[in-house]
Amino acid sequence: MKKIISGNEAIALGFGDAGGVFASGYPGTPSTETLEEVARLGDVYCEWAANEKVALEAVIGGSIAGGRSLSTMKHVGVNVAADALLTLTYTGVNAGLILMVSDDPGMHSSQNEQDSRNYAKFAKVPMLDPANSQEAYDMVRAGFEISEQFDTPLMLRTTTRIAHAKGLVVPQEKVAPQIGEWVKDVPKYVMLPNFGKLKHVEVEARLLKLQEFAETTPLNRIEMGDTEVGIITSGVSYQHVREACPNASVLKLGLVHPLPEKKIREFAGSVKRLMIVEEMDAIFEEQIRAMGIEVEIGKNKLPLCGEINADLIRAALGDKVPEVAAPVTGLPQRPPVFCPSCAHRGLFTILSKLKCFVSGDIGCYTLGALPPMNAMHSVIDMGASISAAHGMAKVNAIAGRDEKPVAVIGDSTFFHSGITGLLSMAYNDGNALVIIMDNRTTGMTGGQENPGSGVTLQGVPTQQVEIAPLVKALGIDNVVELDAYDLKATEAAIKKGLETPGPYVLIDKNPCVLRYKVRKPAIHVDQDKCTGCRACLKVACMALGLTASGEKQKVRVDPNVCNGCGVCTQMCKFDAMHELGGDNHANL
Amino acid sequence: MQIFNIVIAGVGGQGVLMASKVLAESALASNLDVKQNEVHGMAQRGGSVISFVRIGDKINSPVVMPGSADLLISFEPLEALRYIHYLKPGGRLVYNKVSINPSTVAAGLAVYPDDVEQQIAALCAEAKGLDALSIAREAGNGKAVNMVMVGTVMQHLPLKEEIITEVVKQISQNKGVEVNLKALAGGAAA
Repeated sequence: MKKIISGNEAIALGFGDAGGVFASGYPGTPSTETLEEVARLGDVYCEWAANEKVALEAVIGGSIAGGRSLSTMKHVGVNVAADALLTLTYTGVNAGLILMVSDDPGMHSSQNEQDSRNYAKFAKVPMLDPANSQEAYDMVRAGFEISEQFDTPLMLRTTTRIAHAKGLVVPQEKVAPQIGEWVKDVPKYVMLPNFGKLKHVEVEARLLKLQEFAETTPLNRIEMGDTEVGIITSGVSYQHVREACPNASVLKLGLVHPLPEKKIREFAGSVKRLMIVEEMDAIFEEQIRAMGIEVEIGKNKLPLCGEINADLIRAALGDKVPEVAAPVTGLPQRPPVFCPSCAHRGLFTILSKLKCFVSGDIGCYTLGALPPMNAMHSVIDMGASISAAHGMAKVNAIAGRDEKPVAVIGDSTFFHSGITGLLSMAYNDGNALVIIMDNRTTGMTGGQENPGSGVTLQGVPTQQVEIAPLVKALGIDNVVELDAYDLKATEAAIKKGLETPGPYVLIDKNPCVLRYKVRKPAIHVDQDKCTGCRACLKVACMALGLTASGEKQKVRVDPNVCNGCGVCTQMCKFDAMHELGGDNHANL
Repeated sequence: MQIFNIVIAGVGGQGVLMASKVLAESALASNLDVKQNEVHGMAQRGGSVISFVRIGDKINSPVVMPGSADLLISFEPLEALRYIHYLKPGGRLVYNKVSINPSTVAAGLAVYPDDVEQQIAALCAEAKGLDALSIAREAGNGKAVNMVMVGTVMQHLPLKEEIITEVVKQISQNKGVEVNLKALAGGAAA
């Protein structure tokens, strides 16, 4: 039956229908829904790993044990998993193994814009690049077949406009899982130098065979049309090409590594002008130019940064681009903010007030960097809050500065990559204040389960790690609980942590209000008492606003938005803000 | 049929994605090709959200380009103005008149313009505003603003009202069915 599903859902369904046995991943936009959907479909085992490296390694084990396995992650997750990937390519697989990676051109919700096609080249593994949901579905099955035929891991790459875009999918007949034997094969799976040397030779030979395969597979297809311009493209860029030039000749690559050199040469020879349309890096273009083929239009006319669209392609070709009205300028921005009643709000209100240097991390709390908080001063990658704060403290000590850095990290990020940083800080006589916001979920990606949630991806009760004893076991003596809704107590706790020499850890255990549906009655502002001083607005809550202009502007609370956490009331010096009582109407 | 491009705009938490799903499922149920796409990175409430639904015999790109939308549905007035350039000349705008303060306004860093409706009227001849929140509340739940908005635009879509109503019935959670259908009808009558 025909369905309308996203690329992520299509990959999950394709995995179940292709005899998938085991899946493991770590949440990260735009990849997250894939594993959630595998869990929802319910017939294949899957799990959230603590991080992407663990996920890929688990899946390697799954493949060695004979089950078709899938690992899912966002592009930067592959950096974490790269250690496993770059040797996995040597060992190859037993049952088929797919590493699904979601790139984010345009950086809708990522810290960088890296192009995962580089990893396929780097690891010398085949990569598929679907152009819609149907292809995403089909390429899981094709991917497993390639993986098994060539004894190689395979990367299935999506981008945001494939992962999140919904399109029609007609599923194929479901294949029942066939679990193979679990075989001991030391030269294949033990990468000691002597075995590795032999394996490297095999990897190079495998790549040549894959190149031959690329020439003939229907995954790469030529759509001949007008021969004035020929366009080589893949993924969502293909759709933009078809939008901009419905009649052009197109070589659509589904297998984007390794490239089919003969096919490209043949295609280039059959058109007058050759154009390459690829988002982000010039990966096709560099390889095709290295083949000695003339490329007229590529990154000389198309951007390396951001997404491609039909108008950019028209402009690059010198075609007429439709003139459109400019966006209305001067409108107030509407950036994402801490949800009404989020515990991060109290913490960042105080960090902002104390003007500490805050070494931040990846999660909802990264929004603490934005105005009016302006209370986060570096954010690099998962876990860097702690390790970077440690380095800052060391150099500060050498420089004779007595300011102690503050690291802020969430529970999921701490489990992912924060533990090792804190272990290292304890070991190396560090001197930072580390605040762990333990809201028992992976919030930014939509509230996924993690080792602190007490339930698995399927919602089954399981081991629930407590952070305080874990931190103590790492060698941290000062571990104190924090309630970030209590501003005075939070300020005192942070000051104490900054004054006490050595590593000091504060843990806030308030749950994510969105994930755990915490509801409280709204706050009401007594208009007679409000002086319009705006002190409460410093907490940056979207439930607060000023009354209409004209009279002296006072603060009002929108009962449709307020969730009654009471952080704003603690900012009021005039006793004007109170709990309203009654039902909560917030549209959270 | 000619491709029909819809842009749905709003604020995170307002149900833009659910409304998009209703339109996309209705297109599928009408045997049309459809692509729906939005960018949903952050789970937090309060950010600007934009979603595309493209309906036709054959759809390639999932993205609606500025200047090419037949219909812009906005759940909030300021967001209507923010994305009004997506409309093609002669395109139609339907928007909820109930405003939501951006964080920048709430923090006193920016001012919510007091002439949003006038600016909209000046830029789009085919603009209609309504109080979708009141209609949703009358239907039984303020969260049903999204279904009110779908109801209001039904008559302008290349989709049959019965099909949309059936899809809403199918994808609503158990007790939400009644509220959603009332909201849909309330929107259609507005």
